Amino acid sequence: MRRDYDTYLRQFHEAKWDEELIFELSVPGERGILVPQPDEEIVNEVGNGIDRIPETMRRKKLPELPELSQPRINRHYLRLTQEIMGMDVAPDICEGTCTMKYSPKVQEHMVAHNPGLVDIHPYQDPDTLQGLLEIYKKTENMVCEISGMDAFNFHAGGGAAACYLGACIVREYFHSKGDDKRDEIITTIFSHPCDAGAPATAGFKVITLMPGEDGLPELGALKEALSERTAAIFVTNPEDTGIFNPHIQEYVEAAHEVGALCYYDQANVNGIMGITRARETGFDLIHYNLHKTFSSPHGGMGPGCGALGVREFLKPYLPVPRVEHDGERYTLDSDCPQSCGKIREFLGNTHVVARAYMWIMQLGAEGIKEAAVCSVLNNQYLMKKLSEIKGIEIMFAEGKRRLEQCRYSWGPLFEDTGFTSLDVSKRLIDFGYEHIWLSHHPFLVPEPMTLEPTESNSKDDLDELVCAIREVARECYEEPELIKGAPFHAPIHDVYCDENNTLDKIAVTYRQLQKRRAAGTIHV
Amino acid sequence: MKKIGFIVNPIAGIGGKVGLKGSDGAETLKRALTLGAVPESGKKAVTAMRELAEAQNLFELYTYPAEMGANICEEAGLEYRELGEIASGHTTAADTRIAAEKLKESGVDLLVFVGGDGTARDIMDAVGTDIPVLGIPAGCKIHSGVYALNPKTAGKLLREYVEGKVRETIEAEVMDINEELFRQGIVEAQLYGYLQIPRETKMVQHLKSGRRYSESVSVDMLSSYIADIWEPDTLYIVGTGSTTAAIMKKMGLPNTLLGVDLVWRKKVIASDCTEKQILNVLKSGKYNHVKIIVTVIGGQGYIFGRGNQQISADVIRMVGRENIIVAASKDKMLSLFGKPLYVDTGNEEINELLSGYIRVVVGYEETYVTKIM
Repeated sequence: MRRDYDTYLRQFHEAKWDEELIFELSVPGERGILVPQPDEEIVNEVGNGIDRIPETMRRKKLPELPELSQPRINRHYLRLTQEIMGMDVAPDICEGTCTMKYSPKVQEHMVAHNPGLVDIHPYQDPDTLQGLLEIYKKTENMVCEISGMDAFNFHAGGGAAACYLGACIVREYFHSKGDDKRDEIITTIFSHPCDAGAPATAGFKVITLMPGEDGLPELGALKEALSERTAAIFVTNPEDTGIFNPHIQEYVEAAHEVGALCYYDQANVNGIMGITRARETGFDLIHYNLHKTFSSPHGGMGPGCGALGVREFLKPYLPVPRVEHDGERYTLDSDCPQSCGKIREFLGNTHVVARAYMWIMQLGAEGIKEAAVCSVLNNQYLMKKLSEIKGIEIMFAEGKRRLEQCRYSWGPLFEDTGFTSLDVSKRLIDFGYEHIWLSHHPFLVPEPMTLEPTESNSKDDLDELVCAIREVARECYEEPELIKGAPFHAPIHDVYCDENNTLDKIAVTYRQLQKRRAAGTIHV
Repeated sequence: MKKIGFIVNPIAGIGGKVGLKGSDGAETLKRALTLGAVPESGKKAVTAMRELAEAQNLFELYTYPAEMGANICEEAGLEYRELGEIASGHTTAADTRIAAEKLKESGVDLLVFVGGDGTARDIMDAVGTDIPVLGIPAGCKIHSGVYALNPKTAGKLLREYVEGKVRETIEAEVMDINEELFRQGIVEAQLYGYLQIPRETKMVQHLKSGRRYSESVSVDMLSSYIADIWEPDTLYIVGTGSTTAAIMKKMGLPNTLLGVDLVWRKKVIASDCTEKQILNVLKSGKYNHVKIIVTVIGGQGYIFGRGNQQISADVIRMVGRENIIVAASKDKMLSLFGKPLYVDTGNEEINELLSGYIRVVVGYEETYVTKIM
């Protein structure tokens, strides 16, 4: 019988193995592999091998690695994987702003096993990398079409790195024109933090626009900030609240009027891809996150790709090397005197570009638009259902539609019961969900919760999540003891203790752990 | 029909314009009057109470004689019943407490009072959380969350209350400066207790936000920035508060925490000035370039008219809007939750002049653009 997901609360329990640290499983002398000694013939030819390593680079002592048999190692890691919540076993709708969409397994198979993507080396001659370079060029052409930009670069390892690259290009552009007075960048408070942070790192003064009382960016505020000192505006749109800036076109025009450039942080493009293009809005530089929007999974800080797109006049400033096509061969061009340099060695994370290529090719132009429409539709459905739950509020811009994500507030719940969005997050684990993403900094929305259902989730998935959130909210009001002790169905309770959040309570290596134990700050 | 009680602390805020940072105690009052201060809390109260004139048939008003209420009701055109007795011209905190108790005994549904943090403490001592109250701001420093944003919104909120539109109440903090810490140079509002206020969050002042770790970093960064762009041949009028104190410290200059200091050629030329002293310096004609540095009162969003009344409408008019530097930590700005900044100079023309967008220095080479209402 089909379940009624409107009322279904999944009975979930996380696995617990009480597994030792791998260093503490070690038995001296135990081996996973017995490496054979080289044949005499080989020794005669190359010596012992060690002598070829320069004296200063040789270890004096053996490394203190754990010594284990193969089955023990295998068991160890499989137990650990059972104790975590993988992205393939739980819907990750709660990771708002991250666009956690499904990455088709055929893509994962290709990037893990296809020899053209796996058995290659960055120092290979480009003539032997034609297939990879073709993927690069074709992906560039496709994202140019989606955005309206004239050229793209895939070197940056993530959105913030692309933002930094954009700021460097803006600096180089004005410098080459002899205009070094422009030292200010303008952004908005609900734009991603990197839209302020990256330009500051690149040496700009940063002006942040606060929203009007309705939570929307105000054109008047921008006009107050613009001047002959403005190098560029860096804005996210739709902002992290899910609200599309209704003045975006006027923003761009006002900035261009004072001679400034316009940078569009399109990390939140999922709801508008295939529908609006940055070029028609007038932007000069943009970035997409190929991970997330174009399907590479990126939980746990996995490798990403901030694809930076520019208009023709900024093309000379892009990083090197550039993938070019002369009609026959693909080449790597590093002869670009105005280039801002390198943001990363080689060509960036090639497998992320490869996944994006496969994803776009599978969907096609119509499919991409459909994905955008579905992601917005899913979000409308989720918002409608969640807004009926006591304790949740959608702040700012009352009555204005959010696009593909929404920043909710548990402010009313906190005022009524004292429970925070972190308390809600902890209890949701009991129903098989990952923790919820609260908010980017700064926390302007009290007790925030940002959800983004993307196009990958079905109505059943959304109903099940709403049911769990509704139950948690009910418990906050009626059975507070269930919230206080949560999670009950996970081996570790209450990991959000402030007192644990100090440097001397954290150990990320075994050596560090031993030091902390000796100092008495860690007792496990 | 609702019963409303109304008490005015006639001398609330009297010390502000003459640089006394407060009005608590008989000695302070005497000094304020000697320095030429004029009681103004009554005027502010009239603005609020006028909003009720058209809803007179919805409530009964109970108040205390003369400047403690009756005069204001008269001026606002309201009918009222008078309780108690006072020695007009010589009221003290004790009168506020007695009046609050009397009004509570007479069964009022809501007690409206006019004053500052000191008044709020007196009201709390007298009625606790037995009946809801609402403050009309008229004091020098307002850290308590029991006050409406300004007299006008107090009036609007009262109107909604008597019309039955605001039914819920919420506990709000009564805070005052911790004098012990203040003497050591730290502004830290201390929690004294709670009062019940009508719940309408848009119209009631947010509690002055507490200190956080990141706040000190932000203040340090913005202080360094302002110190680095300091112009020696400009006269600086440095306002009150711990943020401006941090800037002065960065400059290596002595500072009056709750007072206004004047700096010229990187030297303090006058400390803890009254409005009159500032105006005299400005009128001397010796200074072609003048700037004002002020901060935002955390949680409330005021940049003029709270705790820095010495920088009056006349001073602002002479210096000009373009020469005002507003500096505040990111935490302070963010605790406004997207609300604008406010000014309350007591002069509509200057309030108007100041309204619009302004850049607030929040870090090194970092500013927020926000609106002033």
